[in-house]
Amino acid sequence: MLADANKNSGNEPSATLLEVKGLRIEGLSEKGWQEIVCGVDLKLKRGEILGLIGESGAGKSTIGLAAMGFARDGCRITSGEIIFDGIELCTASEEQKRKLRGNRISYVAQSAAAAFNPAHRLLNQFAEGPVDHKVMSRTEAKEKGRKLYRSLDLPDPDNIGERWPHQVSGGQLQRMMVAMAMSCGPDLIVFDEPTTALDVTTQIEVLKTIKEIVTARNVSAIYITHDLAVVAQLADHLMVLRYGNLIEVNSTGQILEAPKQEYTRALLDARTRHEKTALQISDAETLLSINSVTAGYGNGPDILQEVSVLVERGRTVAVVGESGSGKSTLARVITGLLPPRSGEIHFQSESLPPALAQRSKQQLRKVQMIYQIPDVALNPRQRVRDVVGRPLSFYLGLSGKEREHRIIELLEHIELSEHFIDRLPDELSGGEKQRICIARALAAEPELIICDEVTSALDTIVAKAILDLLQRLQRELSLTYLFISHDLDTVASIADRVVVLYAGRIAEQGPKAAVFQPPFHPYTRLLLSSVPEMRQGWLEETLSTREAKAGIAREVKITERGCPFAERCPVAIPEICVRDRPPLQTPASGHVFACQHAPEMLLDHSA
Amino acid sequence: MSNILKIIFSAPLSAKFGMLVVLIYSIVAIFAPFIAPYGEREILGRAFELWSDKYLLGTDNLGRDMLSRMIFGARNTIGLALSITILAFLLGSLTGMIAAALGGWVDQILSRIVDVLMSIPSLIFALLILSIFGTSVPYLIATITVIDATRVYRLARATAMNVVVMDYVEVARVRGEKLGWVIRKEILPNITAPLLAEFGLRFCFVFLFISALSFLGLGLQPPAADWGSMVRDNATLITFEDMTPLLPAGAIALLTIAINFIVDWMLHKSSGLKDVS
Repeated sequence: MLADANKNSGNEPSATLLEVKGLRIEGLSEKGWQEIVCGVDLKLKRGEILGLIGESGAGKSTIGLAAMGFARDGCRITSGEIIFDGIELCTASEEQKRKLRGNRISYVAQSAAAAFNPAHRLLNQFAEGPVDHKVMSRTEAKEKGRKLYRSLDLPDPDNIGERWPHQVSGGQLQRMMVAMAMSCGPDLIVFDEPTTALDVTTQIEVLKTIKEIVTARNVSAIYITHDLAVVAQLADHLMVLRYGNLIEVNSTGQILEAPKQEYTRALLDARTRHEKTALQISDAETLLSINSVTAGYGNGPDILQEVSVLVERGRTVAVVGESGSGKSTLARVITGLLPPRSGEIHFQSESLPPALAQRSKQQLRKVQMIYQIPDVALNPRQRVRDVVGRPLSFYLGLSGKEREHRIIELLEHIELSEHFIDRLPDELSGGEKQRICIARALAAEPELIICDEVTSALDTIVAKAILDLLQRLQRELSLTYLFISHDLDTVASIADRVVVLYAGRIAEQGPKAAVFQPPFHPYTRLLLSSVPEMRQGWLEETLSTREAKAGIAREVKITERGCPFAERCPVAIPEICVRDRPPLQTPASGHVFACQHAPEMLLDHSA
Repeated sequence: MSNILKIIFSAPLSAKFGMLVVLIYSIVAIFAPFIAPYGEREILGRAFELWSDKYLLGTDNLGRDMLSRMIFGARNTIGLALSITILAFLLGSLTGMIAAALGGWVDQILSRIVDVLMSIPSLIFALLILSIFGTSVPYLIATITVIDATRVYRLARATAMNVVVMDYVEVARVRGEKLGWVIRKEILPNITAPLLAEFGLRFCFVFLFISALSFLGLGLQPPAADWGSMVRDNATLITFEDMTPLLPAGAIALLTIAINFIVDWMLHKSSGLKDVS
């Protein structure tokens, strides 16, 4: 702590901490060195937070790393100045830079799970930096770690540091990563998409931590993200980047209220909710019905408990919930990868055999799936022709010219030109890869497509384009979607019916309007209130709600009895909720929720 | 065809050298009877004659022409080593991929069998089997194939495990693809690089193993020429400052290096690494 005080003394709070002038960075590609950051200037005062926004390839991370005087392998800083507190980082020696990094400038990576070393205890990793930089002794560092953990409201702060990285939840790990970045009392922290991979509720928890730490300790920060709504909660200034060029820079309020550039407007627009008008289909034939399915892995507990869902033809049913709620397990049960322990699945009023191997080719053809991460859903050694063509020859027996013709037709459907036919997945962007996955699903001419978090790995604008595409295809080909997502924004824009899953049980389900406006179940309300809104001050407001106080920073736990949500519920009735199964209530036809409270009572609470 | 030529011309110098050596070796091995000045088993002169115009590399311990035996040895040893390596790879990688793709008890049984085989020192195992069944070429091939297949199995299973968990394999399964298709189209293309690298190394090990067995008298049986036993038979010459017995050893070494050059290049190509200058 003494060291911190010395370091910061003599610097007025408004002094410029970091200044970047005309930064140009080149990256090595197949065509040789190409400019990926084209002359960017930025200025960061002490105690300020700067948000860097843009899609992938905008050069956000490259600039973030350059602020530490670092260029990744295959990148080089060609010109410009990076001045950190009077030190020119471009010309500084490795030794000088090493003294700064982790000490006065620290870095928080996107995936804490990948950034922590799984073979060392958390507190030891915390202490590594301060000890290495000779800021404090190991005991002092550990003491400081426990103090920080306590101030961040981590559970059991005195002992949590003795755990291994795999023993704490994703959100806690990310918060401990933030704590670790604070270990030496830095002047600047670079956050590189620290909440992108997290659930909405966990995201709030991490945002809260970051906000507290940065404001309480007068630290400057660069916050990199593609999500405007998230960064709006934290940043004083925003910088919009595209292809390494600066598009717009202004105060956060100005950018949100009055964006000057077309591209900034597009970014804002992609994040704004576009309600889909409910489809009017008179003969709502039931396509898929899941009847009280219970399923689990190996000898483990039931991940799904008596789940019943109806999917009507031509509609989109969204399954929402945090990680661990059993959404993907439900998809695996439907596709036959995981035969249920009990319960039945009917498809087009015929019973679907539980296991994959027992299903006929036609049954398999009718249910197709699109995955979350297109990079691992496409075989890197197969060209687009093989990927899209295989279902055509496998299910429909097409070959030769006919097949080729159909592949091109499918590519047109997903708005890609026929030149893509010979590409390998490596030669496609993230959005294009996901489009190919959609084409592969379409090739089978399915009745039902299960979309498992199809947009969560994509940038906002690309994600919006994919959603638009899915909706257009649904209209044109009258497809039925089972849409799995933790992103309620997406769900609100695409779904007709919503199923809220919590710890393997259905908390609430019904038509979108009935479920969301107003939300009955406290869990639905928690999820809804956790979706970041595009305005400043939203974070504070949300954190002050009862739902957030009771519900965030907790894990999904599967319980044998009672209501699994009881311990996160703001209106839980002591004893009863943890003991008895919540009764199913039907406030309107097709709308079901499981709670001890009566609907009127729940609405009163929300008022 | 022009495509293949283009790829070969774009290869780095080391790979070109490797390919040249392998080409020469294969020509020598295939056309041995036409290239060799004398027969493989002909006893021509006195034992251990020096290098001369008549016997370019002198004669061996029985008075056979060294050069001719080197040339025929190429055919025997390379042919044997190559067929064993190929068989071992077919057996090992196929079972390895099956174990990874199916998992469960199939994986358990296969892996435990391999564990048992690997726990016996390979030389002792080979000595045991060959002394029981005799040292004919088919048994020699079968024994070394099994020994080497266990190593290949381990590698193939481990690398295939990483591929099997990928979503694209799940996609294929959900589509209803059969095991053969999943292995051939989804798994194999993604583990060829490590398997190729192993092939180069394995080939060299097999080569050395055959030579070691020959040296112990359990490999190729006389009078068939092979480089391992040629070293053994003429080893005494080294004490007389004659390097002739080292020539077969050198031939083995050169081939080993050449193959590894080629494998390095193929690996580099398939891994998609870019040259950073």
